[in-house]
Amino acid sequence: MTAMYGLYGEPGAAQRAFTALRRAGVAEADITVISAEPFEAFEFAERDKSLILFRLAGLGGALGLIFGLLLTTGTERAWPLVTGGMPIVAWWPNLVIIFELTMLGAILTTVVSLLVTARLPTAKRSMYDPEVSDGKVLVGVPLTADRAPDTIRGALNVGGALAVKTADF
Amino acid sequence: MTKADRNITEDLLRPLLTTSWRFYALVLVLFSIVLLGVGSFGYQVYNGIGVWGLNWPVFWAFDITNFVFWIGISHAGTLISAILRLVNAGWRRPVTRCAEVITAFALMIGAMFPIVHLGRPWLFFWLMPYPSEREIWPNFRSPLVWDFFAISTYLTGSLLFLYLPTIPDFALVRDKTTGFRSKVYGALALGWRGTTRQWHRLESAMQIMAIAIIPVAVSVHTIVSFDFSMAPVPMWHSTIFGPYFVAGAIFSGIAALIIAMAALRKFLHLEQYLHPVHFENLGKLLLMMCLLWGYFVFAERLTTWYGNEASEMAVFWATQQQNFAPLYWTMITCNFIIPLTILSFKKLRTISGCVVASCTVVVGMWLERFLIIVPSLSHKYLPYSWGSYRPRTPEVLLLIATFGAMGLLYTLFSKFVPIISIWELKVGEQPELTEPHETPDEAATLWRTHP
Repeated sequence: MTAMYGLYGEPGAAQRAFTALRRAGVAEADITVISAEPFEAFEFAERDKSLILFRLAGLGGALGLIFGLLLTTGTERAWPLVTGGMPIVAWWPNLVIIFELTMLGAILTTVVSLLVTARLPTAKRSMYDPEVSDGKVLVGVPLTADRAPDTIRGALNVGGALAVKTADF
Repeated sequence: MTKADRNITEDLLRPLLTTSWRFYALVLVLFSIVLLGVGSFGYQVYNGIGVWGLNWPVFWAFDITNFVFWIGISHAGTLISAILRLVNAGWRRPVTRCAEVITAFALMIGAMFPIVHLGRPWLFFWLMPYPSEREIWPNFRSPLVWDFFAISTYLTGSLLFLYLPTIPDFALVRDKTTGFRSKVYGALALGWRGTTRQWHRLESAMQIMAIAIIPVAVSVHTIVSFDFSMAPVPMWHSTIFGPYFVAGAIFSGIAALIIAMAALRKFLHLEQYLHPVHFENLGKLLLMMCLLWGYFVFAERLTTWYGNEASEMAVFWATQQQNFAPLYWTMITCNFIIPLTILSFKKLRTISGCVVASCTVVVGMWLERFLIIVPSLSHKYLPYSWGSYRPRTPEVLLLIATFGAMGLLYTLFSKFVPIISIWELKVGEQPELTEPHETPDEAATLWRTHP
């Protein structure tokens, strides 16, 4: 994939370039913005907001709860040992295990969901420039047959790019 | 990159990129202390736990005290960090990672002790729930099995809670280093680039983790308290133990955090990032926990004294006036009188004042754990079963080694990982956005979410 990207010294400039690209007809989903810190106040950060992780964490918690329920009651029924006069399926102590496994389910699902939705880990070469680590903000677009490079370059320069580069990823 | 951002990066990466002889000297000293503990443990494994001072009727002493103490210290990090994240306290940014690291290492050290205490530690896997040829499963009605689940969940959650926000910093180090080091940090960064989607997912995940980890942290020390309160032993079988243990854990945890932060500030020259206000705020938290701890001790003691039940009063007087009284009043002085005196006055709530108060709290809280365990076991219901306990050298060495291990792990961590979250600190430096970038008409045509 060939891509063209601009590097910006501050997020406001990146936002201007982002807006210019949108004006030039580039779809929002095709624009990549990369930074060394999150800029929540800027509109380019808005498009990826989603509640999917919260929903999946809830689902993971529910799975953990079911697993905890089955593990405790199943084990107690399979090995029916009387302990301290408690019933074979003793709900009070079982709640402790069920609670822990519920939370563990939610935590592990959150982490797995984060990795999957953020596409991590990856060894694939993607649009990136190490200058991002120096505080630059990268705004880039893949070059396709229907996008004139000059139009993209012009849009990227609107924001006041420190550099506009073309690279293969 | 602004000048402030550049300074943040340079200052916080300096410990990773340069190494002074002091680092090696410190590692050598701490490693020697750990080796002493390893030697002591080897001696105990070879000869059996008869080399300890344990004897009928006191079969839990230093090792279980260490277990409860270090699990308590672990509440410094993840719990405090999660609360500060959820309430979005701006001053938390330089503090959170220092705190989360304490949790991870304190839990590892603490969780080791039930295994050490087994006497035959190579059979520790019997605690795990798996079907074996012995056809014995762990009994879910045993508080010791609850410990296994609670500590495993908390350790897993805490390690992930520590690791996730470190990924962007690993990516930063990857880009700032070369060769093998860059490859290692690159692997730890998992290919992180910093796209808006990745940032958003990371922040959502941290929010969920913060919400999930708080009840887990509370449950862990409550369950540790159940190890005692589920047993019909004088002064253990009490409903107050859960919240009492949790309060004590947070109390000792904050104290440990203040000490660690002061050490980092001094040795890594982080004066620009760990300001007196951070210590002042943590000092106020410590003061609040000191009062809460005092309240719990008073409630526990008054209820016991008023009930005047013979077996409980035997333990009560052993700690108030008899053989355990010197330790008991030292504990009260360390946990209540000294911190209350220092932290109540703004003039004394300086960095040094907070550190002094914290050091006494750490000592006092270790004594508190010891005084919960040993006096009760040595004064059970019938006087014929009364006994005493004196620690021997292997136990003392093992205790000292735990502090060495904590110091060593913390030193090594701060050598290889930015001990203050660089990206979070930069976010704290971002100026407020005052004006939109588009006119309302433009925004209406360009944006779905901002018409």
